Amino acid sequence: MKPFRIIYRSIRDSFKSVFRNFSLSMASIICTTITLILVALAIIVTVNVNHVTKTMEEELTIVVYANKDTTDEQINEIEEKINKISEVKDVEYKSKEEWRLEMKNNSDTLKVTLDYLENNPLFDSFIVTVNNVEDLAPTARLIRDIDNVESANYGEGMVEDIISVFNVIKTATIVIVIALVLVTAFLISNTIKLTIFSRRSEIEIMRLVGSSNISIKLPFVFEGFLLGLVGSLIPVIVTIYGYIIAYEKLNGSASFSIIELVEPMPFVLYTSLVLILIGSIVGMIGSARAVRKYLKI
Amino acid sequence: MKFIQIKNCYKVYKNGVTAIADLSLEINKGEFVFVIGASGSGKSTLIKMLYREEKPTKGNVEIGGINVGKIRNRTVYKLRRKLGIVFQDFKLLPKLTVYENVAFALECIGMKSSEIRPKVLKALEHVGLKEKVRSFPNELSGGEQQRVCIARAIVNDPKLLICDEPTGNLDPKTSQEIMNVLDTINKDLGTTIIMATHDKDIVNRMKKRVIVLDSGVLYEDHEKGSFKISETI
Repeated sequence: MKPFRIIYRSIRDSFKSVFRNFSLSMASIICTTITLILVALAIIVTVNVNHVTKTMEEELTIVVYANKDTTDEQINEIEEKINKISEVKDVEYKSKEEWRLEMKNNSDTLKVTLDYLENNPLFDSFIVTVNNVEDLAPTARLIRDIDNVESANYGEGMVEDIISVFNVIKTATIVIVIALVLVTAFLISNTIKLTIFSRRSEIEIMRLVGSSNISIKLPFVFEGFLLGLVGSLIPVIVTIYGYIIAYEKLNGSASFSIIELVEPMPFVLYTSLVLILIGSIVGMIGSARAVRKYLKI
Repeated sequence: MKFIQIKNCYKVYKNGVTAIADLSLEINKGEFVFVIGASGSGKSTLIKMLYREEKPTKGNVEIGGINVGKIRNRTVYKLRRKLGIVFQDFKLLPKLTVYENVAFALECIGMKSSEIRPKVLKALEHVGLKEKVRSFPNELSGGEQQRVCIARAIVNDPKLLICDEPTGNLDPKTSQEIMNVLDTINKDLGTTIIMATHDKDIVNRMKKRVIVLDSGVLYEDHEKGSFKISETI
């Protein structure tokens, strides 16, 4: 079959010309490797920053205290009403008895004090988590309006500051990753363009002996794919081993105890996949664009 | 119906230079035609219009009934497959061997390897280079390189062979060898050959039809002509 023969020859020729134009191929591969390592670093930092902010945000809750002497029925009523608020993700009830036991277990001084008192001075409570941290304030306001609710607090003031700082960090890291990917695409496709520029006489001859545009383009597109693919190998290895080692070293250490890194598996595999895709697709597009220039389509 | 018909053809380049003006020509199948003229006379433009590297600004260029000027860039390859083109600077791929350079023309059109081999060997035999199949172009002399270029041009059995100053870079003896090769191709295979040249001796010795261009205009057209008739320009 003729089309298969053309595809087979394109693949064969692309391998040949990678080796026959060795120095230029190396230049493209090294350029791809370096830029992709930067992209890998940026992805790892971004994902981890987002992971940390997310775990911290999940710890932000509203603590709701019911009035003293609220009956069980009233408690149920409050829980139902809180659950009806659409932003609420989860409500956890903790009775004043549970609080008392917990406090007695935690501290001997408190145990003595609490044992001394006849009545339990504590309040029944609910710990409310919300779907989106930005709904903390409005949700707390709604809960305060419910009957028999003594108070609903979420750490006003500080929480707003944390959220706004996190938002800035998130946007900044995402912007950096996108910018890096664009720069990488530009660099890789330009280097491959140079590789092809040096071989425009080859394209000219192909046209003169009657190659169709597609059969001129294919070997170059495969070549771009190969260069991008080979160029992404080292970044992939660096990502996988580098991250696993960093994870093992950092996650145990004391100074990092508040920051929890993302589990290496399957995170490194996804990152590797992204790197391979960027490398090979950008390589293909870069060379296709470069050949186009000499094809007079 | 003539094989090549050029009718009231004009070519004006974007910078305003008129390379060809009101040119009309007819060439029969199997003819051997020289196109001569001073530099800038429009020889190269005429040759380039035949293989559709340039389009005529006005008028028709027809080869075998096909209006070459109307062919779109995307389908030019179909025309080129029916032509053989020989260049002054050979245009061989330096990183391919002699065999690969000739086979390249057939691989480009997707021919089977088993069909390519005998055709390439036959073409190389025609130009007398069968022993050099494994050499690279830089290991060959100028004359040998030009013969590889001719082999590549005829490997596809074209009806028309277009030569743009094929002896321009060669010494007189080698030029004559090349002309012998072209003459044999013309006689044995019946291929129509159009050759642009500056080489006085060759034109005089071959006694073929001579078309003289001057400033893009057809100045003279002689059966079995020579360079002398055009010495006035």
